[in-house]
Amino acid sequence: MASFPFELVSPERVLFSGHVNSVVVPAAEGDVTVLANHAPFMSAVRPGIVTVDGGKRLFVRGGFLDVNASGLTLLAEQAVPVEEIDREKVATEMKAAEDELRAATTDEARSLASERIEALAAMMGAVRN
Amino acid sequence: MPSLKDLRNRIASVKATQKITKAMQMVAAAKLRRAQMAAEAARPYAQKMESVLANLGAGVSGADAPRLLAGTGSDQVQLLIVCTAERGLCGAFNSSIVRLAREHINRLQQAGKTVKILCVGRKGYDILKRQHEKQIVDLIELRALKQIGYANADEIGQRVMTMFANGEFDVATLFYSQFRSVISQIPTAQRVIPAEIPASASPSTATYDYEPDEATILSSLLPRNISVQVFRALLENAASEQGARMSAMDNATRNAGEMIKKQTQKYNRTRQAMITKELIEIISGAEAL
Repeated sequence: MASFPFELVSPERVLFSGHVNSVVVPAAEGDVTVLANHAPFMSAVRPGIVTVDGGKRLFVRGGFLDVNASGLTLLAEQAVPVEEIDREKVATEMKAAEDELRAATTDEARSLASERIEALAAMMGAVRN
Repeated sequence: MPSLKDLRNRIASVKATQKITKAMQMVAAAKLRRAQMAAEAARPYAQKMESVLANLGAGVSGADAPRLLAGTGSDQVQLLIVCTAERGLCGAFNSSIVRLAREHINRLQQAGKTVKILCVGRKGYDILKRQHEKQIVDLIELRALKQIGYANADEIGQRVMTMFANGEFDVATLFYSQFRSVISQIPTAQRVIPAEIPASASPSTATYDYEPDEATILSSLLPRNISVQVFRALLENAASEQGARMSAMDNATRNAGEMIKKQTQKYNRTRQAMITKELIEIISGAEAL
């Protein structure tokens, strides 16, 4: 199988950089598997799991993917390898977010809180599997 | 003429100061390494962001371009985001950023524009409030933070975005110090709203598939770009601050060493002069008998 360069970068560090055969990305309108020689493609990313070569799994939240001739670049606002996620911490954060949602009085705060819950739920789902 | 005791005290106090500056220099050197690494780790993201923006921005223009990219069509109200350090004793670091900002302010005011200032970092605020207290909108302190995270920069980014959405300003410029090396930090002004698309990043000619459409991606990418720019500025600043402090403290240590040398020499001379004087007194006393 042909390989292609893949880079996963968050604002704080480069999480993954190297040649891979396939990457599954949770794009805005459905999961996308990127293989070598993919057509130029750009999309927003949902919170979810990126699977590299069917093995390594990373959780990403908020970002963009850009496929072009020089490979796949994933810009993630937040990215953590699944094995580094602390289940208890996520649970407490989830609780805080739910409280926030209940306490929210404006539409803006409400949507912000529910967005957070969504991301945390995706994170929880990642840990469970 | 200072007495021997005075001189001894003076030497002791300069020595104590030297110890402190030496320790500060070493701490700054250790912190610099970390700050430099953080700044370097953040660079790929900012670069990728730039090239993606350049790609997108080339395609979208005219009336349907988002306001963050095209501007409000006016430049009457200018927001200056001045990022400085939280602490002093780092040479000309803070004052050179503030000087650049002040030049900018004066130029804008001469042109009849309204200037608003958002200070990030205590030191810049302290200097700027002397002359421009009325223009300062707010001060954001990052003192409690050990390491600047993206979340902190995002907060500032969101803040700027809300202000922009409320029509509080038309153009935003970011002031920070770019880290070149330990001895060279360059105060920089960078326009963030409307976004400056670098001309050097040549847009690729490939036709892209967009999902969802181009405008949606661009409109969610642009606010994020502001946070990323702020983040980069803060990291560059952190590295510059430590670099500036390191060289300032190195100079201070060296000056203290020189001063100790001079004072010790003076001390020895005075001591010898006193001994000679006493000897003369004794001898001439003995001769008189």
